[in-house]
Amino acid sequence: MTWTQYLGPLSQGAWVTVQLTFWSTILGAFLSFAAGIGKLSPVRGVRWLSITYIEVFRGTSLLVQLFWLYFALPIMGDAIGINLRLPPVAAGVLALGLNIGAYGAEVVRGAIQAVSKQQYEAAKAMNFTYRHTLWRVALPQAIPEMMPSFSNLAVQNLKDTALASLISLGDLAFKAEQLRNYYQDSTTVYTIVLLMYFGMALVLSVLMRLLEANVGRWRGARR
Amino acid sequence: MLFGLHWDTSHGELAFAVSILPMLLIGMWVTIEASILGFFVAMVIGLGLAVLKGARLRIVRWPAMFVTEFIRDTPLLVQLFFLYYVLPDYGIVLPAFLTGALALGIQYSAYMSEVYRAGIEAVDHGQIEAAKALDLPGRRTFTHIVLPQAVPRVVPALGNYMVSIMKDVPVLSVVTVLEMLNVAKIIGDQTFDYLVPLSMVGGLYMILTLIASGIVRWVDVKLPKRGLALR
Repeated sequence: MTWTQYLGPLSQGAWVTVQLTFWSTILGAFLSFAAGIGKLSPVRGVRWLSITYIEVFRGTSLLVQLFWLYFALPIMGDAIGINLRLPPVAAGVLALGLNIGAYGAEVVRGAIQAVSKQQYEAAKAMNFTYRHTLWRVALPQAIPEMMPSFSNLAVQNLKDTALASLISLGDLAFKAEQLRNYYQDSTTVYTIVLLMYFGMALVLSVLMRLLEANVGRWRGARR
Repeated sequence: MLFGLHWDTSHGELAFAVSILPMLLIGMWVTIEASILGFFVAMVIGLGLAVLKGARLRIVRWPAMFVTEFIRDTPLLVQLFFLYYVLPDYGIVLPAFLTGALALGIQYSAYMSEVYRAGIEAVDHGQIEAAKALDLPGRRTFTHIVLPQAVPRVVPALGNYMVSIMKDVPVLSVVTVLEMLNVAKIIGDQTFDYLVPLSMVGGLYMILTLIASGIVRWVDVKLPKRGLALR
């Protein structure tokens, strides 16, 4: 067995990892904005809901969250008479997205709060509504500032997808484990897998940098 | 039965929860031990990487930078499998717990080395010039002037990684380390009730991370701001 023969199954796994990363990052980004903006909301209920979400998912371990969604949620569903049996892909995307979203929410909140106070005062002076201020004044200036942190979180998320192999999702780490079990050639298999993750992370970093450059144009004129 | 303790599945959820709490606490202790050991490994390797990355020789600096980047960009789970299955092929057989702590330490050393670098670079340049004026050798300048001022400054940032390490310990369950999540999983496997043990692990984790971040904040306040006095 030469190392090239491992590449077939491993690239299948890598494709699953890519999809998993893509969907969970999208979900995470959405949740980041929802909870980050929610934490600054003038409505108390929304604020508390966001804070609870952020604290629970930042305060516990991702693997615990993943196992909870995959093993414990169906039992809770049975108790209240709903079928909550998630397929591994759904549980994986959900857990990863919820987890990274909680970290992203703090980034979003920080960036919105970092927008200079005069901007908000000016918006108020011009009688902008809350929504108008948020969408037209705060976010266009805050998003470029979030991008470096989002890049780190995206790479973090890519690495975290490996944990989904533990709920029998056929991603790269899962395929690696299968190949190792079958051929007992751990050094070669794991070296290739580490390099593949490294390559994917580099590509992801480049993509995030392109995105960063793209949203950079929203930045206001520098004084 | 686990750790010689029995669970109670016949007197309702609450009795079950009470009966498995001691087992989860035993698992929690393993989680704490693994975090602390992993943290110290990361502190040592991280400092090593930071020093190498600040080296004047490119042939030393570049590999150190590559290694840091490589560790940062690959998953802990795969690194752990690598250590667990590859090291024995080269005659290094470590118990699962030590392999796990080592993997945690290596993963976080990459993050910590960046923190150390920032701390070292933040030391006032006048200090180094003064040491030079006093004809202190380069190595002693580093160990006795720069490091004692850099380390206290980076401790709070390093402390935050302690909390992250704690949350990564459950990954060690894949190499049979009986930490908190693994204990809960075993209880669930045998009683068919995952909801209670896994939810309890979630709650215990919340408590654990709250206490840990409290300690980090306390250390941050207590630590001398201007550096440690070395004799």
